[in-house]
Amino acid sequence: MSDVVLQNIVKTYNNGHVKAVNDVSFSVEHGELFGLIGPDGAGKTSIFRMLTTLLPPDSGVASVMGFDITKDYWEIRQRVGYMPGKFSLYQDLTVEENLTFFATVFKTTIQENYDLIKDIYEQIKPFSKRPAGKLSGGMKQKLALCCALIHKPEVLFLDEPTTGVDVVSRKEFWEMLKRLKAQGITILVSTPYMDEASMCDRIALIQKGNIMSIDTPQNIIDSFPFQLYATKAKNIYRLLTDFRSDNAVNSCYAFGEFLHLTLHDEQRGESVIQELVAKYKPEDFEIKRIAPTIEDSFIRLMKENETVGEAHG
Amino acid sequence: MDNTFKDKAIVCKSLTKQFGDFKAVDQITFDVEQGEIFGFLGANGAGKTTAMRILCGLSHPTSGEATVAGYNVYKEAEKIKANIGYMSQKFSLYENLTVYENIEFYGGVYGLSRPEIKQRSEAMLNRLGLAAEAKKMVGELPLGWKQKLAFSVAVLHRPKIVFLDEPTGGVDPITRRQFWDLIYEAAADGITVFVTTHYMDEAEYCKRISVMVDGRVEALDSPGNLKKQFNTDSMDEVFLQLARRAKRS
Amino acid sequence: MKQLLAFIRKEFYHVFRDKRTLLILFGLPVVQILLFGFALSSEVKNIGIAVLDNSHDVTSEEIVRRIKTSSYFLVKDPVLNYAEIENRFKTGEIKCALLFPSHLAEDLGRSGKAQVQVITDASDPNNATIAVSYITAILANYQQQLNHTASIPYQIIPQVRQLYNEEQNGSLNFIPGVIALIFMIVCTALTSVSVVREKELGTMEILLVSPFKPLMVLVAKAVPYLALSIVNFIIILVLSVFLLKVEIRGSLLLLFAESILFIITCLSLGLVISNQTNSQKTAMLISMMGMMLPTMLLTGFMFPLENMPWIFQALSHVIPSRYYYIIIKAVMLKGLGFSYVWKETLILAGMAVFLLIVSLKRFKVTLA
Repeated sequence: MSDVVLQNIVKTYNNGHVKAVNDVSFSVEHGELFGLIGPDGAGKTSIFRMLTTLLPPDSGVASVMGFDITKDYWEIRQRVGYMPGKFSLYQDLTVEENLTFFATVFKTTIQENYDLIKDIYEQIKPFSKRPAGKLSGGMKQKLALCCALIHKPEVLFLDEPTTGVDVVSRKEFWEMLKRLKAQGITILVSTPYMDEASMCDRIALIQKGNIMSIDTPQNIIDSFPFQLYATKAKNIYRLLTDFRSDNAVNSCYAFGEFLHLTLHDEQRGESVIQELVAKYKPEDFEIKRIAPTIEDSFIRLMKENETVGEAHG
Repeated sequence: MDNTFKDKAIVCKSLTKQFGDFKAVDQITFDVEQGEIFGFLGANGAGKTTAMRILCGLSHPTSGEATVAGYNVYKEAEKIKANIGYMSQKFSLYENLTVYENIEFYGGVYGLSRPEIKQRSEAMLNRLGLAAEAKKMVGELPLGWKQKLAFSVAVLHRPKIVFLDEPTGGVDPITRRQFWDLIYEAAADGITVFVTTHYMDEAEYCKRISVMVDGRVEALDSPGNLKKQFNTDSMDEVFLQLARRAKRS
Repeated sequence: MKQLLAFIRKEFYHVFRDKRTLLILFGLPVVQILLFGFALSSEVKNIGIAVLDNSHDVTSEEIVRRIKTSSYFLVKDPVLNYAEIENRFKTGEIKCALLFPSHLAEDLGRSGKAQVQVITDASDPNNATIAVSYITAILANYQQQLNHTASIPYQIIPQVRQLYNEEQNGSLNFIPGVIALIFMIVCTALTSVSVVREKELGTMEILLVSPFKPLMVLVAKAVPYLALSIVNFIIILVLSVFLLKVEIRGSLLLLFAESILFIITCLSLGLVISNQTNSQKTAMLISMMGMMLPTMLLTGFMFPLENMPWIFQALSHVIPSRYYYIIIKAVMLKGLGFSYVWKETLILAGMAVFLLIVSLKRFKVTLA
C-alpha cells in the first residue's frame, strides 16, 4: 500500500474561477523521496495543503497512510510532519524554545527522537538561545526541519523548503533529506528549482495545476524526444536571436553559457547545423550533442501542454 | 577620484557598512561599466542586500566611497534615486491597481509627462504582449507576467542603471528566459543592469560577476575566467567553493 | 509636483478599492450624526419615582399631580413606609423618592416654610443631579404659583439626600462605565489579534497539522489575557479606592467573580471575531471600532438608556457590558448582594457560554 495516494484531485478558488489543481493523480511509496517540481502558482502548495488536511479538495479522493484526507484527517495530523512554505516558526522564541514547544505539542520530548534530528540540530545547537527570527535563512530552514521531524512522523511534507536560500544551504539541505530517507521516512518535497529534481527518487512535473509527467528523473530525461545540442558563440545574444528566427530551428533556449538547440530535421542534423553556421557566421562557434536535463524536459513539456491547450481552445 | 569614474556606471572604493561591531559590508571595491550586465552574487547574510541599499541611495555607508550614475552616495542620494530603476522579487507592483494605473503611477513619480507615459506604456505592453490586460488588476495576473511587467515599469523612465534583486525567483523556466530577453534588450539600449540571483545559469548571462562572502568581495571577473580560476566548468562549483569559505552563518 | 499628483492619485485608488475603510470613513460619521441627533440626549426622562405621602393634603397631592404630568417622571406605586424605600432603590425600580412630612399644607400656611425630602440614586451621579434639578424646578414653579395668591411668600424647600454617594464623589460617574469599556475593548481586541496573528504568521498551519486540539489553541490564547485582565482590574480598583476615594461597598469576592465572568465573555467575543478574519489589522479594527461605539453608547453609562428610542434599548440588551454595568454598580457602589443581580449574572453567563460554543464551532480546523 502506498503511503500517499491522490486520485483525480481537483481544487479551485474564487468560486471556480481559479483552477489551482486540475485532476491530479499520483502515489508515493513508502520510504520514497518524491519531488513535486514546478514554478509558483503551479499548484504545489494547494496539493500539500490538501494532503496535510488543511484544505478540502473540490473533488477526488486522497489518502495518507491509508487514511482518507477528508474523513480521517485527525489520524493524519498525528502522523505527519509539515513544513509550510513561509517560514513558520515563532520568531520571538529561541531555537530551543521552538523545538521544545513543537515536541510538546506532539506529545513527545526532544530527547525521545533526538537521534533523528541529531545531524541537523548539531549545526544550529550553538545558536540554541537565539530568537528564531534572528537566524539566517539556512539556519531557519534547519530549525524548521527539526521541528517537523521531532515527533518521528511517518510522512514528511516539505513545501518549498529551499526557496530563497543560497546554493550552499540548499545542497546541505538535500544531503540531510537523503540521510532521512535512509531512516525510512517517506518524504514529499516541492521545489521550483529544477536542478534539485535529480536528487529525488521520483518526480512529478507540475505546471498550472496539471501534472505533465511522473517518473524517475532518469526516465524523464531518457524520454526526451529530440536530439539536443549545446552551442555557443562569442556574441551569444545574437546567436540566440538568429537561431530563434530561423525555420530550421525547433527550439533554442539559453542555458547559462550555452544555448540548447533542437532542430526540426533531425536526420540531417549535421548538415542543418553547417547551413546555419554558413548563414549567420557566428564568431567562435562551438557545438556539441548533450544529454538533456530536467529543465529541458520541463520546458519541452510546457510547450507541449501549451499547444494542446490552444488546440482545445 | 580621477576622471575615469565618470564613464563608469558604479564605482565603489573600500565601501564599508558597520552596525556596531558587525561589518555587514567590509571594504568592498569594484566598478561596473556602463551598459554592462553585472551579476552580484553571494550567500544569504553575505552582505548583498546591505550593499545594494547603499548603491540605491537608501542607506549611508559608514566609510569608503561610492558613486552611482556619477552621483555621490553620501551627498547626492536623491539624484541617484531619480536616475535608477529598482525591482525585487518581493515587491514589484501594486496588486490592487490595474496594469495601466501602475504604469501611470511610476511614470508620474519619475517625472514623465502624460504623453510620454502613454507612448512608452503602449510600446511596452505591445512588446510584452500584454496590451489586452492593461485594465486588469495586477493581482490577477500570473506571476511570470507580473515579473516581466515589473521590470518594464522599472525601466520605463530610461534610467541609467536598473537594480534587480532576485527578480526571477519561483518563476517557470520559460518565463525566466523571457525575462532575461528583456534584460538583454535593456542592456543593448545602454541601460546598466545590476542583478542578484540564486540561479547559477543566470550568472552566466552576465558579463562579469562578483561574489560576496562575509561582507567582502571574494571574486570579481567574467564567468569564463572564474571557471578557469577555480578549475571547473560549472558556476555552481565556483560559487560553492567560494561560499564554503564563509565563517558567518 | 507631478510626482506628488501621481502619488496622490494612487492613494485615491487604494482608498476607493478598500471597501472596509470606505465603510468606516463614511458610514461612521453618518451613524454618529443619526445617533446623536435622534437617539442620544442627556435629557433624562421617565425617571422612576415613588412618593411617601404623610400629608395627603391639597399641597402634596398637587405636587404629585405636577410630577405625574411632567414627562420626566414615571410615578410608581406609593410608598407606605420608610423602610420600603431603601428596598425599592435596591431593586432599581425607582431612581428617586419624594417624601412629604405630615401637615404639609398646614405648615405652609402657618410658617410659610415646608420641607420635603428628595432621595435620589446617586450611583449615577449625573442622572441623580438632573432628577433633583427637575424636582426643584417643579417645586419652584408650584411655589411661584402659590405666591401669587398668598399673603406671605411660601417656600417649599427640598432636602436632598444622595443615596449611595453622600460624599458626592464625581468619580462614581465614570468608573463603572470605564471598567466595562476597558474590558470590552482590551480583552476582545487582544485575544482576537493574538489568534489572527498566528494565522498571519503561518504558524497556525503547523499547529493545525498536529495532535493539538483546536479547543486548546483557543484556551491557550485566552488564558494569558484573562490573567492580565484580572491584574488590570485590581490596579483599577486600587487606584479608585486610594486615589479617587471611591468606596467599595459590596462584597469584594462577588465583585471579582462577576468581573471574571465578564472578562471571559469579552475573551469569547474576541475569539468569535478572530474566526471571521485573517488579518490582524481587520481583527483590531473590528474589536476596537466595532465594539467601542456600541459599548460606549448602549451600556448606559454615558447616555441614559431610558431615553433612547425603543430600537436602541432593544439593541442594548444584546450588549454584554450593559449587564456588567448594572452588576458593578449594584455590587461596588450600592453594596448589594447576589440576590439582586442574579438575573444579570445569569444572562452574562449565558452569553459567555454561547460565545464560547460559537467560537469553537466556527474555529476553522482547516484553512478555508
